[in-house]
Amino acid sequence: MPDKLLAIEQKNPEGGWRDAKVEFRKGTMCYAAAPKNIAYLGGTNPREWQPFDADWKLPPNWKRIILDGMKERLQKYRSFRLFMEICVRCGACADKCHFYIGSGDPKNMPVLRAELMRSVYRRYFTLTGRLFGSLVGSRELTEDVIKEWFYYFYQCTECRRCSVFCPYGIDTAEITMMGRELLDLIGCNINWVMEPAANCFRTGNHLGVQPHAFQDSLQFAADEASEITGLPIEVPINRKGAEILFVMPSADYFGTPHYYTLLGYLMLFHEIGLDYTVSAFASEGGNFGLFSSHELTKRLNAKIYEEAKRLGVKWILGGECGHMWRVFHQYMDTMNGPADFLEPPVSPITGTRFDNARSTCAVHICEFTADLIHHGKLRLDPSRNDRWNVTYHDSCNPSRAMGLLEEPRHILKSVCRNFHEMPENTIREQTFCCGSGAGLGTDENLEMRLRGGFPRANAVKYVREKHGVNLLACICAIDKATLPTLMEYWVPGVEVAGVHELLGNALVMTGEKERTTDLRGEDLRGEPLTKEEAAHE
Amino acid sequence: MKAFAPLLAILATVAFAALAGHVHAGLILLAVFVPYAAFAVFLVGFCYRVTRWAWAPVPFRIPTTCGQQKSLPWIKPASLDNPSTGWGAFRRMALEVLLFRSLFRNNRARLHDQRLVLGEDQYLWLGALAFHWSLLVILLRHLRLFLQPVPFIVTALSRLDGAFQVGVPAVYVSDVVILGALVYLTARRFCNPLVRYLSLPIDYLALFLLLGIVTSGLLIRYVFPVDVAAIKQFALGLAVFHPVVPSALPPTFLVHLLLVSALAAYFPFSTLMHTGGVFLSPTRNLTNNNRSRRHINPWNHPVKTHSYAQWEYEFRDKLKAAKLPIESEDAGQITGD
Repeated sequence: MPDKLLAIEQKNPEGGWRDAKVEFRKGTMCYAAAPKNIAYLGGTNPREWQPFDADWKLPPNWKRIILDGMKERLQKYRSFRLFMEICVRCGACADKCHFYIGSGDPKNMPVLRAELMRSVYRRYFTLTGRLFGSLVGSRELTEDVIKEWFYYFYQCTECRRCSVFCPYGIDTAEITMMGRELLDLIGCNINWVMEPAANCFRTGNHLGVQPHAFQDSLQFAADEASEITGLPIEVPINRKGAEILFVMPSADYFGTPHYYTLLGYLMLFHEIGLDYTVSAFASEGGNFGLFSSHELTKRLNAKIYEEAKRLGVKWILGGECGHMWRVFHQYMDTMNGPADFLEPPVSPITGTRFDNARSTCAVHICEFTADLIHHGKLRLDPSRNDRWNVTYHDSCNPSRAMGLLEEPRHILKSVCRNFHEMPENTIREQTFCCGSGAGLGTDENLEMRLRGGFPRANAVKYVREKHGVNLLACICAIDKATLPTLMEYWVPGVEVAGVHELLGNALVMTGEKERTTDLRGEDLRGEPLTKEEAAHE
Repeated sequence: MKAFAPLLAILATVAFAALAGHVHAGLILLAVFVPYAAFAVFLVGFCYRVTRWAWAPVPFRIPTTCGQQKSLPWIKPASLDNPSTGWGAFRRMALEVLLFRSLFRNNRARLHDQRLVLGEDQYLWLGALAFHWSLLVILLRHLRLFLQPVPFIVTALSRLDGAFQVGVPAVYVSDVVILGALVYLTARRFCNPLVRYLSLPIDYLALFLLLGIVTSGLLIRYVFPVDVAAIKQFALGLAVFHPVVPSALPPTFLVHLLLVSALAAYFPFSTLMHTGGVFLSPTRNLTNNNRSRRHINPWNHPVKTHSYAQWEYEFRDKLKAAKLPIESEDAGQITGD
């Protein structure tokens, strides 16, 4: 426990917001992208600089670049033009943002985050803005405004919670995405986005894992799964002619607790005898391009279909990941389709046709597994998860950009016996972000992450105190990477796990040896925790 | 004070209308030229703005899904909040436009002793709904001034609206509701510290204009009654482009008319355009059938990618060492740059 928890204040803001000066303070911002990463991706203005420098070394014609970039995007995206023009500032979104709630900074109210750009839009693209200036809320585009954009557009996790509440569906994620694209044009981006993106472009995954290391990691996981179960579990890599290409976020084979989820996948695939392969080229489902620009999203996503085609698979199965599914669900087919070389997915075990995925030919692992469980194809012993008292965190993208709400719950309720929902306003489509999405999950930004994650942690604390919850399940790699820190800080005693880790625990496999440990290598306990035990753990 | 300039503008407009009507030229200006010009600006401006949105491409299908998707047959989908069919999206939009469904979700997040408490807060929804619906009823009632004979539906609506029979002339429910709603919405902008902070002068301008219109309208009906027959004669003349201006029109009426004209002319330049924009919002009016039907981006530009062949060429030694299959020894060299 830290000595002192962050004091969160929601003071009533006074005065105006038009002064663009931002104070860059370590802990509440991300560092600038290293020039080598920008250069590798062929981006603009690679240079050494940091946000707290006075001189950002912008290109001499930066203003022209930004305004031309805005003009181009206003013509290419109805969402952008519409969202610049129709907001009536009713304030319904004001207290919906986790960053506003956790920081009390009024410019983190979604409406103001958007106004930072709208004020410039009005000044340069509307008649009234040119004529009446500040009376209609228009502002000059200055270098301070650029710095302010950088600060606040990299203080938004594109979680879309505000857009659920907006009467016109104005989506701050769209505005933040445009803001980041524009900043990209003058070389202002963060390393935590650009380095994974550059890695991904080169090696196929964010972590820069090369094919031999990829094979090592997966082989290691397969060995460990074999050891736990006593079964010869294998993992096929780059195998042509497999029925299914399985794509997961790279953290699954390189991070903890993601790794236990990977063990869960491998055990499941072995048990049902799935004809699948993973790929060392399409070794990343995640896509940090999404946090930079639509163009980079498309560039990084292209390998998925390319590899599916090369390997000659019938369809794609996708692992537990949040923004990967935003891309797979809402962008992939449009950007890099049509996937006419694939077939509409059919579960080889149950025969279920995934009609909802017949064009993209990509099925979410939770859809796949929920279908298996529903058809009674898996033998499950939920008592093996009795040491866990579970709640479920809906990851932003699968819930608000897809609607994957019941499938993971169906799995969880089948594989564990103690499950409690967090309060209604904090789950499903109203779920609170972990505070670290959209490329902000770096330690240099820790204070802001803890502030942004406060609403989520607060809801976990509620079920911890009420029901003795000690495990937060989720289906997002960024969640798994960042929620443990969040829990440790705000709600000590709560661990984080993927849904398929719990499935792996409960899965009774044909011919397996008697399990003495769970996937974490910890003792399986026969008895569920009592409330008191959980509270004292 | 952000509300000062808009207040001044409205007061100046009111004063101008009240005074200019005393001069014949002023009367003609207020009663004929201004309404026609304002109506023309409204029509052209509104259509221009809406068509500009409608013609802008929607490169990606990005609905905000607010409920369970349609996936497996045994999981009940939220067909309204996460529509998988056009009919579902239509119903979602209908609820959005007619009942402000998203606004209804509103809640209040406040800190108490370092704990976050989420409370219900439907006042904004109620105020907004009350305002918009009573405005619609009032607009429809005004048709009796422009149509002869008055359609049955308009008479019936007026009768229903005045059914409480309070006072003479009967007080319309919509009049009371719209005044109450506008006063609430205005007070909210002044009193709610967050909303006050994020408001712009133009937000007050729209509210003051509407308050001015409603107040002058109520004065005409309940306090300084006018000769309705004469007004109707005048309105009918305007409607058929044969304006006949009486020798005098009451100042309250001229104020009302000028404010309405001002609102109409201002409309296309303002966020009041949300009236048209709400129908076009891609996070609401699109169907969440992303994986079952391909959405086409009209400007799907080609991008520079890193192909498998280039990747294999770069890592071929490592692939070989790991005994992973290789497509070709030199494929990457040929396609690479």
